[in-house]
Amino acid sequence: MSQHTRVLIIGSGPSGLTAAIYSARAQLSPIVIEGEPSSTTDQPGGQLMVTTEVENFPGFPDGIMGPELMANMRAQALRFGARMEVTKVQKLDLGQRPFRAWLTDDVEPSITADTVIIATGARSLMLDVPGEARLLSHGLSTCATCDGFFFRGHDIAVVGGGDSALEEAIFLTRFANTVTLVHRRDSLRASKIMQDRALANPKIRFAWNSQVTEVLGDEKVSGLALRDTLTGDSRVLDVTGVFIAIGHVPNTDIVAEHLERHDNGYIVTGPGSFTSVDGVFAAGDVQDHEYRQAITSAGSGCMAAIDAERWLEAQGM
Amino acid sequence: MSDTIKTLTDATFQEVVKSSELPILVDFWAEWCGPCKQIAPILEELAAEQSDKFVIGKLDVDVNVATATQYNVMSIPTLLLFKDGEIVARLVGAKPKGALLQEITQNL
Repeated sequence: MSQHTRVLIIGSGPSGLTAAIYSARAQLSPIVIEGEPSSTTDQPGGQLMVTTEVENFPGFPDGIMGPELMANMRAQALRFGARMEVTKVQKLDLGQRPFRAWLTDDVEPSITADTVIIATGARSLMLDVPGEARLLSHGLSTCATCDGFFFRGHDIAVVGGGDSALEEAIFLTRFANTVTLVHRRDSLRASKIMQDRALANPKIRFAWNSQVTEVLGDEKVSGLALRDTLTGDSRVLDVTGVFIAIGHVPNTDIVAEHLERHDNGYIVTGPGSFTSVDGVFAAGDVQDHEYRQAITSAGSGCMAAIDAERWLEAQGM
Repeated sequence: MSDTIKTLTDATFQEVVKSSELPILVDFWAEWCGPCKQIAPILEELAAEQSDKFVIGKLDVDVNVATATQYNVMSIPTLLLFKDGEIVARLVGAKPKGALLQEITQNL
């Protein structure tokens, strides 16, 4: 038997949970499909689950830990009656109403929904070079907060040039002897405050104009093969740990065939959180490659919940 | 925290693992590891539901560095499955309950 809901929210990062808080307070008893445990950003709570201190979320003058912020948002959604499910949507049909979602391999859909809010976020990109898959969790990590501890006294590298790369590099200096930031360009994308902190940190070094061509090592990481993007010269950076923070791709697999997307894969929204399918809304990083902040994500989740509520009213539902 | 999961330390690890009659799954975890917290309730459930097939222990890597180093744990959560004192499986990273149980069961 399918369970029917007026609002189905897929994803449980800041956008999904904010949408859940608003929809639940509007008495719409939303169902939230939270995702499944993993050690990547693709887990209940999303990207903030693998970060440390969040310093720029309004209302927390002393900062708050990412996982704690997400636990708070979840508790707040539960308080107003949101229904949470720790699982993933296997298949979604947005081609007919009510919309249909499958959580299992059954023929019958698990959930039918009058509106759907897509809040599936974005996941970290990997380097896609030789050695990477083999050495994952043997010195190569995607979670600095989980694994930084094991690199006490090591010389390690962070690959990337954005805010997340610098945040990881600064965090890892608590443990590592040196952290070399490997970046393809000769300047950073990261915000001024993060750049200033990284540049002032005596443990952080920079490998500019450097592209990773291979992760080296037999059973454990022993180095990174780098190519100079200007001269083409190759060299080896001797490190025993590598952390990857080179950017994100939106999680659009389940909606790819239904919703209009930009060339870079992000879902097209507007006005507000409306997508190309009437009754389907999108919020957070799955539709935002510009700002990608916890607060903008939460804000767009609020927009999606209000848009869905008004849409239901307009339909007389 | 239930007492179905044994807390192991550097001092007790070898003794407990070698003397365990059933296969023992050891969860290498730490307080600051988000994914570790996600699988903690799953492991509690498995410990209760599968108590006739295997037992579960946990080792806090923060205060038991020697054992973590000895077993080359460089990423947590890492779950090591021991049978007769020997490692028979190494599971790295948080996973859903079904996937964890399947990987454990096929190595029992």
